[in-house]
Amino acid sequence: MTDLLQIFLSDSFYAASLRIATPLIFGVLGALLCERAGVLNLGIEGIFVVGAMSGWMAVWLGADLWTGVLAAALAGAVFGALHAVLTIFMGLSQHVSGLGVTLFASSAAYFTYRTALPEVASPPRIEPFRAVAPALSEIPFLGPVLFSQTALTWLALALVVLVWWVLDRTPLGVAIKAVGDNPDAVNAQGLSVRRLRFGAVVAGSSLMALGGAFLTMSAFDAFFFGMVNGRGWICIALVIFASWRPGKALLGAILFGMFDALQVRLQTEAGAVVPGQIFLMAPYILSIVALVVVARRAEYPRALLRPWFKGQR
Amino acid sequence: MIQLTPREEAGWLAVGAPVIAGLVALALAAIPLALAGAPILAAYAQMANSVFGSTFAMTEVLTRAAPLILTGLAAAVAFRARLWNIGGEGQLYLGAMAAVWVGTGMIQAPPIVMIPLVLVVGALAGGVGMLGPAYLKTRFGADEVVTSLLLNFIILIFVQMMLEGPLKDPMGLGWPQSEPILDEAALPKLMERTRLHAGLLIALAAAAITFVIMSFTIWGVRVRAVGENPAAARHAGIRVSRAYLGVAMASGALAGLAGVGEVAGLKGYLTADLSPGYGYTGIVVAMLAGLSPVGVVVAALFVAGVFVGADGMSRAMGVSSFLADLVVSVSLIAVLVAGFFARFRVTWSKRAAS
Repeated sequence: MTDLLQIFLSDSFYAASLRIATPLIFGVLGALLCERAGVLNLGIEGIFVVGAMSGWMAVWLGADLWTGVLAAALAGAVFGALHAVLTIFMGLSQHVSGLGVTLFASSAAYFTYRTALPEVASPPRIEPFRAVAPALSEIPFLGPVLFSQTALTWLALALVVLVWWVLDRTPLGVAIKAVGDNPDAVNAQGLSVRRLRFGAVVAGSSLMALGGAFLTMSAFDAFFFGMVNGRGWICIALVIFASWRPGKALLGAILFGMFDALQVRLQTEAGAVVPGQIFLMAPYILSIVALVVVARRAEYPRALLRPWFKGQR
Repeated sequence: MIQLTPREEAGWLAVGAPVIAGLVALALAAIPLALAGAPILAAYAQMANSVFGSTFAMTEVLTRAAPLILTGLAAAVAFRARLWNIGGEGQLYLGAMAAVWVGTGMIQAPPIVMIPLVLVVGALAGGVGMLGPAYLKTRFGADEVVTSLLLNFIILIFVQMMLEGPLKDPMGLGWPQSEPILDEAALPKLMERTRLHAGLLIALAAAAITFVIMSFTIWGVRVRAVGENPAAARHAGIRVSRAYLGVAMASGALAGLAGVGEVAGLKGYLTADLSPGYGYTGIVVAMLAGLSPVGVVVAALFVAGVFVGADGMSRAMGVSSFLADLVVSVSLIAVLVAGFFARFRVTWSKRAAS
């Protein structure tokens, strides 16, 4: 019991929680934006892989870190645009198209990586993002928890505010939400339903790619096969848990990060008694439990999964 | 302004669309081949040779097709009811694990008992694996896409845990692998000096049975009614929840059989890398097949051919074998697009109709 208390009292626990939460924050925000506009984007898992690969690859080829971030976002936007064309303009099944995008995006990323680096014994490394303000890390609690994080974590936190502000405080946000709830009403106001949805899906997909980029450019310094490991799917569960609100999405991601950080620490303590795999399963089980708990109350955007064509009801 | 008019009848496009999609995907492989710096025509020739070049090559395609037929059927049956079972990969492993559990010495019996036993146990395990997400859907309204997907990860970790624990082969030199399946429980080989095993016959039989059940029984009609419109089906007196649970059981069982085939027919023992994503590829197979059980057999042969061909080409020319995954995923997207053109006539008009 004192061990548990010690974990909760340590700065490093909260720093780790936020670090683990960061890719999820990007991913949940991206998925939230797509779904608010009425489009489920199961391409997320593959877009994570593409973001992780292309951001890393750009830096490895000599670009600076922020150009790498941009490259990741653009790559995500390209695959998002593919999903958008298939689901919005062609009205195809969002489930199947999304899975198709995930398979396509991840195999494209793996193929590109393998083609550029045919046989390397250990994956080459880049110089990743460093702590934003190491000088301030002496400040109690806030120092290690916030200032030892990299710029990408700060970007994720800023994006939570930005997405919240756009969705809740701007006419554009009102239109995006309306397009996911009642596209006919948006159309009646003379706005283009399909253009709004397209924009939301492309923007959301580039956010997802940033989640991947964080993995290779901040959390680690190399690209591994299978490194995304279901993080995208976890984001899809977290969006429902967050009832499609940016603030709750941040909360959900951080709670998840805390849980994951806790299991890693408990694993080292209890590793002798319980097989380590029990702890590895925990994040996925937690996601399912969270989903089941909120499922009955979840108010899905009303037009989610519904393609919209002019003059068709 | 682009105008979409629904076609009265898809006609030849219904069958033609997947064929065109497959060919387009294969043709598009020229782009990554060029990027990888391979001689394109020679690469295609090498791929064809790896598939059709010898009897052995062709049996390799059939060997690969067997699990894909089963996971393809698993996806097709579920998607017909609009039950999104994306957990085929996990259910495959559950089936394989169950087969190993009873087939490595727990029970000693002649093949006539052992083979049906591992098949039934594996199918049940796979079915139960999808029953969970279906129950959470019907009881709590939890989205089965997410739950079945996340279960894949949980099950794979569970398999690793079992392979380092109760299922670990003490004679395995420390490798995380199970004890070998007893000879009595192993599926017989179909041809000398090849890897082709009776799993293919099981897959073909499963396709035939699925076709009959989906097309000619009340149950099949109910399942399709639920898929087309759950509200209307409920109104018509169909117990929708029960239909979902039944479909889940059937779908998971088919994926579980794929796992049994791989472990009892091909590998002989269980490892955590038994399946190179057959569960996920099954979704592509089902979509290429237009969710038809007979189509699944054809689509599985195509996808298996792509994998075997690309593997052979990759070994000969040093192009990454991820090319196969690329072609398969592009064929999924191509078949979706082709399906769109089969359903709609796309015309260009100067003015928008109001």
